[in-house]
This record gives sequence, structure tokens and C-alpha cells, in this order.
Amino acid sequence: MNEILSQIFQIGFFAALIRIATPLIFGTIGELFTERAGVLNLGIEGIMMLAAMTGFSTTYFTHSLWLGILAAMVTGVLAGLLMGLLTVSLGLSQHVSGIGITLLCSGLSFFFYRLIFGQPSSLPKIKPFEVVPVPLLSKIPIIGPIVFDQFALVYIALIIVPVSAWILYSTPWGLNLRTVGENPRAAFSAGVSVTAYRYQGLAIAGALAGLAGAFLSMAQYDAYTFGVISGRGWVCIALIVFGQWDPWKSAAGAFLFAFIDALQLRLQASGVIHVPYQVFLMMPFVFTIIGMALVSRNARVPAALLKPFRKEER
Amino acid sequence: MTFRLEPREHTPVWLNALLPLLAVFATLVICSGLIKLAGASVFSAYAILFKSALNSRFNLVETAVKATPLILTGLAVVVAFRAKFWNIGAEGQLLAGAMAAAYLGALKSFPGWSLIPLMIVGGALAGAIWAAIPAILKTRYKVDDVVTTLLLNFVIYYGMMALLNGPWKDPLSGYPDSPDILPAAEFPILLKATRLHLGVVVAVVATLLIWFLVRRTTLGFSITAVGENPKASSYAGMSVSKVIFLAAAISGGLAGLAGVGEVGGLHFQVMAGISPGYGYTGIVIAMLARLNPLGVIPSAVFFAIIITGAEAMSRATGVPVFLADVIQGTALVTMLIALLFNQYRLRFKRVSHE
Repeated sequence: MNEILSQIFQIGFFAALIRIATPLIFGTIGELFTERAGVLNLGIEGIMMLAAMTGFSTTYFTHSLWLGILAAMVTGVLAGLLMGLLTVSLGLSQHVSGIGITLLCSGLSFFFYRLIFGQPSSLPKIKPFEVVPVPLLSKIPIIGPIVFDQFALVYIALIIVPVSAWILYSTPWGLNLRTVGENPRAAFSAGVSVTAYRYQGLAIAGALAGLAGAFLSMAQYDAYTFGVISGRGWVCIALIVFGQWDPWKSAAGAFLFAFIDALQLRLQASGVIHVPYQVFLMMPFVFTIIGMALVSRNARVPAALLKPFRKEER
Repeated sequence: MTFRLEPREHTPVWLNALLPLLAVFATLVICSGLIKLAGASVFSAYAILFKSALNSRFNLVETAVKATPLILTGLAVVVAFRAKFWNIGAEGQLLAGAMAAAYLGALKSFPGWSLIPLMIVGGALAGAIWAAIPAILKTRYKVDDVVTTLLLNFVIYYGMMALLNGPWKDPLSGYPDSPDILPAAEFPILLKATRLHLGVVVAVVATLLIWFLVRRTTLGFSITAVGENPKASSYAGMSVSKVIFLAAAISGGLAGLAGVGEVGGLHFQVMAGISPGYGYTGIVIAMLARLNPLGVIPSAVFFAIIITGAEAMSRATGVPVFLADVIQGTALVTMLIALLFNQYRLRFKRVSHE
């Protein structure tokens, strides 16, 4: 047993954990901005899928990775704005609109991928992001190779957590955004545009979901496949519930999920437990549900989440 | 000139039927842009799509066979959404029903005649149980139903794949297919030399029963009341938790039946691709049917046409077959927008510059 544990908990394990957490952090933190403004965006699973495709395709043809990232983020923003049109401007059901966005975006990603690449005999690939060691810091024993020997996007994800906490809790913009999500009537009376803040929240969520999708097809892997997201968008929404709508706790949830995911990958590879590997794939989802059940009783949901706002109604 | 939405006092009857048609028309117009992008003629692509699903006895039957699971998942979503139980898990509940049917249908110790009823009851029960988990999590622990129903889809999918790669793996070929059900468990064929099976009857009977449930029974009334106003229903003496639980179980049972039909009538086994997203399409179907059980049949037939027709269209014109997926997503969005005209009317007025 000890042998197995020491085999699993090596530096490579923790480095992998941080890589696995990265797209989840992007998705979760992004979604936090729209939910704190009062809009649940169930579209992020589809947005990640579509952005993984647009980012990959852009890089495939331009050979520029950062252009691909830009394309993925623009894709996400556009899908977020469409979600805004439906839920903010038209006040439609956030649940059904979000599912509509996911179905639409994943349909579009399949359609355009097939249109662009046809059905080639070998999977089209790009030269993906490479690891960028941070000078000096990457030389620190243990922590260096785990944290500071990663993709550039990983560093961005790690920085985004404190930055978003600061934006949400310490800036006037963040205060307004949270007020819009808690008490839109009060925000409106104080001259804050509920519509504008909700659109901004959705645009941020879209951009970061796009980044998450691009990370998967352009850094974690070097190709786009139909299963590239496989539920990570939904997991992000669960992590926000788990994290009680707080950036720090949600990010902690992302690391916890990544820990279980990295663990199941190692267990799969170790071959110690003889069950079909899908049993391991199931584990992170089961633990996410259990985690939600443990914290949901005292959930701190933004008061105006799911509620459309109409100026003229009282 | 500017416009605003004004609340309607009551909805004219003709609007109820017109809105889904408008949404479908708008969807086809929007998606024609994609056909053009793919370099095909819009008119001939759509013509092939609809014709190939309807132009012969064989193709009509195939469309009906495709519509069968869609009717059941559509009904599943209708019941759940009426109670505002956001069951996005029909996909997983379908898989639960399919696995139960594959297991029960292969039991040699039971008399042959009992297998089909056993599969139907067992499959519906399996779906109901799988839907009961998120219902209990919602009513007892206040866990968001959207997320749990979705995540449970992944849990059961991987569970199924583990079974197919473990105990159920074909020992000879090594394929991840479950053992075939016994011949006595195969659904009878209704039309000679076609694939029209008993499942179609199950789907139509289920539609009538759900219509009766929703329109004529106390439970059906409670489900709608809880969905519209849980607080008022609670004051009126209904047990909101119980109603949500029952709605979820019925919903899951219907989705489970969809899985039973696919195993008993079509594939006679469970394999990885047993449901290409029928559970998710059920959401689109239910919304297009405006959560009316009787509306589910035309709505499901429409999407069966789109899904079967898209393959022929893709072969003939080279437009990617995934147009069918885009149409589903677009239809959900356009239908949502169309529903606005149910509650509001568009009023144009001139802006006065004073």
C-alpha cells in the first residue's frame, strides 16, 4: 500500500493536478461573474466546446497559438452576448436558454469542424503550447517543478483567482455587479445599469469559458475531438455551488476535483485495481455530487439569480 | 420608431398552434445560412432532408421508429418541467432503462411470455430510480437539480461503459456489447418486413396516459401548480416535496421506457452509442410542444425527420450531418423567443422628438 501511495504522490502527480485544475478555474471563475450578477449561464459546456474548436482551427491555419486563444475568447464573448440577449434583454428562462446555447454551440462546433476538416484518416493536430519555466522560481525544490514549470495559461489561471476576488470584493465595479445580483431594484435606483452589468458578467464568463476550451484543445491536448470537454462545463457550474459563490472556495473546489481526477488517472495507469477504467472516470462526477450535497444546505445563492429584471415592473 | 413588449391579457387559441410552426420556420431559415456556407443549394438540401424521411413506406417506418424514443424522452421532460424539476438527465435515465431491459431480457430462468412485461416494468423502474436520486437531493438537501441530473448522466454513462468493458464484454469477439436478449424478449414487429416494433405503441399509449395525468388527475394538477407557484401550493396543503418526487419518478420512468424500446425493439443489446443524445433532444421536443403531452408526438416526429433526413442530405450534398444538431439548438432558442409572443404583444410607437 505504501509503495502504491509513494508511486502516486510524486511531483508529476501534483504538476498534473494543477494542469487539470486550470480549465476548471477559468470556467468556474468566469461563471462566477455572471452568476454574481444574477444570470446562471448553463451555456458554458457548449461555449467551451465551440471555443475549443475555433481556437484550434485558427491556430491550425495561422500557426499562431495566441491568435487561436483570441479566437476562442471572442467566440465565448459572442456566445455570452447571445445568452444576454435571451435572458437579460428578453427575460427568458435562464435554464432553458442556457441549455439552448449549449446545444447550439456544440452543434456548431461539430458542424464547422466537419466542414473545415472533413473526415480525415488521421486526426489534424497543431503544435500545442509548450511549458514555460519561470526563471529562478522553477528551481525551488518540489514547489518549483509543480507550480512554476507549467504552460503560460496555467500561470494566468493561478493569477486570475486573487485578481477576480479583488475585483469582486474591493472595486466599485465589483460592488455594483454583486448588488445587481442581490438586489437589482436597489442597484437600478442607485443609477447602476442592471442590463449592462449582466451583459458584462456574461461576456467575462464567455471569454473565460473560451479560454478553458482552448486550453484543452491547444495545451492539454494538441487536437480537437468531440469529447474534448466531456462535462467539464457542467462541473464548473457544480463547483460554484460547492464554493458557495466565492472565488477562493470555488477555486479550492476546482483543485479538489482536479485532485480526484489526477488520482483516478494514476490509479488507472498503476493497474493495481482491476476494474474497467471507466469506473475511475466516474469518480470525479460522483464526488462532485457528494460535495454539493454536503454544502448545499447552507448555500449562499445570489438573491436575484434566475430572476429577470424589468425596469417598468415593481 | 421604437418598440416595447406589452403584457397580453389572454392568448388567442390560434397562436398556440402557430408559435411552434413559426419557430420551426425561423430555425430552418437561420440554418439555411449554414447550408449555403457548406456550398449546397438550400432548397434542394431541405428537399432531400424531408423527402428522404417521408418518401417511401420504408422511410416512413424508419422515421416512426426514430420518433419512438424521442416521444418518450419528450414526455419525460414535459412532466418534469411542468413541476419546474429541471430534469436534464433524461439521457442517463434512458441508459438506466436500457441496461435494465438488457439484463432482464436475457434472463433464462423466467418464462418467455413474462420477459417483455418484465423489461417494460423493470426499465421504467430503473429510470425512475435514477431520477429519484436528484429529486431526493433537491427536496432533502436543496442540491440544484440541473447540475445533479446532468452529472448523473456522466456517472451512468461511464458505469454502462464499465459494464460493457467488464462483465458484459463479449467473451468471443471482445466487443463492448452486452449479450443479446432472448428471442422471446424481442418486441413483436407490427408491420411485416419493417422495423416497426411494439415500442411505438408504448410511446403512443404513454402519451395518452400522460395527457390524462396532466389534464384529468389531481396529481397532474398538483404537478402544474407546484411548478407555477410552490409557495401557494404549499399553503393550499400540497406536499411540494412529494409532488416533485413523483414528477421526477414519472419523468425518469418515461425516459427509462425509451431505453427499453431501443433494446427490446431495435438493438436487442446495449452498446456505447445506444442513445445519440435522445435525452437532450427530449428537452427541445418538450419545449416545442409547449409542455403539452399531445404536442409531443408531432414535435418528436419533426425531429425524427430532421435526424433521419440529415443523413441522406449529408450523403447527397456533402453538408455535414451535424446540421441536425444545430437545428435542435436553434429550434430551442427560437421557440423560447416565440413563446414571448404568448405573454406579450409587440407594440411599435413613434419616438417624439420634443
